[in-house]
Amino acid sequence: MSEQVTILPEATQPSIDQTPAAVRRRGRLLERLRTAALGVGFPLLLIALWDRAVAISGTRLVPSPRDVGVMMYDFSFGGIYDDAFSGTILTHVWKSMTRVYGGFFLAALIGIPLGLMIGRIRILRQLLDPTINLLRPIPVTAWLPLSMIFFGLGPNAAIFLVFLGAFYPILLNTIFGVRSVDVRLFEAAAMLGCSGSGMFRQVVFPASLPAIFSGLRIAHGFAWILIVVGEMTGVPTGLGSVIMDGRTLSRTDLVVTGMIVIGVCGFVTDRLIVIISNRVLKWSPQHHA
Amino acid sequence: MHERGQSHIAIRGVTKRFAIGDGEVEALGRIDANIERGQFVCLIGASGCGKTTMLRIIAGFEEPSTGEVLVDGKQITAPGSDRGMVFQDYALFPWMTVRQNIGFGPRQRRLARSDVDAITDELVRLVGLEHAGRRYPSQLSGGMKQRVAIARVLANNANVLLMDEPFGALDALTREQLQHELLQIWARTRVTVIFVTHSVEEAALLADRVLVMSAGPGHIDTDIAIELPRPRDVSSPEFNAVRRDLARRLTTHMTRSRDLEPADAA
Repeated sequence: MSEQVTILPEATQPSIDQTPAAVRRRGRLLERLRTAALGVGFPLLLIALWDRAVAISGTRLVPSPRDVGVMMYDFSFGGIYDDAFSGTILTHVWKSMTRVYGGFFLAALIGIPLGLMIGRIRILRQLLDPTINLLRPIPVTAWLPLSMIFFGLGPNAAIFLVFLGAFYPILLNTIFGVRSVDVRLFEAAAMLGCSGSGMFRQVVFPASLPAIFSGLRIAHGFAWILIVVGEMTGVPTGLGSVIMDGRTLSRTDLVVTGMIVIGVCGFVTDRLIVIISNRVLKWSPQHHA
Repeated sequence: MHERGQSHIAIRGVTKRFAIGDGEVEALGRIDANIERGQFVCLIGASGCGKTTMLRIIAGFEEPSTGEVLVDGKQITAPGSDRGMVFQDYALFPWMTVRQNIGFGPRQRRLARSDVDAITDELVRLVGLEHAGRRYPSQLSGGMKQRVAIARVLANNANVLLMDEPFGALDALTREQLQHELLQIWARTRVTVIFVTHSVEEAALLADRVLVMSAGPGHIDTDIAIELPRPRDVSSPEFNAVRRDLARRLTTHMTRSRDLEPADAA
């Protein structure tokens, strides 16, 4: 979940005229370069293997990295195939984002307050816990037909599916967060005159934030995973629908292009969540990713 | 504000039973005590004698099974800002800075921001943490955390300090310094202090009055006034005499409650 950058002693090679601070700075830089080189190197190796495998097997079903590269260029800037997909990347990314974040924020908006209350109020827990655990194992894909009946063909069904996928991790992590707060904090707050909704806002919520953020991060990953399923509901634009179109048209280069764009979007936005969470949780020593 | 002669805290026939599994455990037998305003009282006894339970009942975290506790003549039914608890494990809000922790109580009273700041300034100074106001609890030493915990309840105008082995987790040097600081704060604010400890030395150093408790079920065995002048010199023969007397009473009760036999006359 979090990578730790440890500075290895052998990464620094001090020369006599350097100050210790300069040596340390150089050591850190080398270590960063190393991390970046290893992190980028492995995908490059995979691409090389992919390229060789396609070339050696002579398959025409799987595109080569080069084909995908050309497709990616056309998808981004146009000017090569000049078809319905040329130069449309931003439209599709934007449409998918509205659905991913529509579902994700809706899940957070409902999941966090509900989780805080379920975690803190016993009768609510007794009332809802069995139902939640009954609904949770149902795969989101199984909801596809019903969601199309509820919301029709279109973006709302997609948002609903993303919402379902993102909701449970947020809810369960929030409940877990509340349940694992030291009871003494609630006692201390009560003795200082805090009660009712003030207790939720000032104590229960901030105390549960570390768990809430890990829930948000997991849910955010699910939201991007579910966008392809969500956009199976017959929407004309979006990265999921591009992949579905690529499948119907037997254009695997388009399919792989869509996959890569989703991967990059998910990666970049996940980094953003980590940055936000490190800033919000800067008080928590064990929560620095 | 209060009538003369009326005790600050009155504990009347308090008992406490806990349900454990199918059975019940009698934690407190029957406790009666009156504590005067401004008194520094130490509750001392072996673990399991119910001293923490007694403190939590006064704080309002637990309800007595029978009996009642009156503070300023009013029966306690819930935690309140007039009684500030200082926990052994600090229980500071880890997401708040030192200043925010101290200002928490005043904020609950919906004071104006400038008033909250003024109170916070005063208390940060009282506990000597001016330099650490913007730090988070995770960046503080144990002694500093406990200073924040004390300041946090004083900021709320608590006139009873309930302290549950507050210095038990600190190293010897820090403990000594905090005992000294606590006495200064007490002298300056004249709050009533009920201080739970299992250290004879600590009780002899701090208390006006020591209540020795023992288990099976928990009750007050001895009620001793300590009339040594302050500041107390821990190396003086008088201090040693008090300490020896306390230790003797404590161990007598401990052996007695263990063997369930009357102790020999000493």
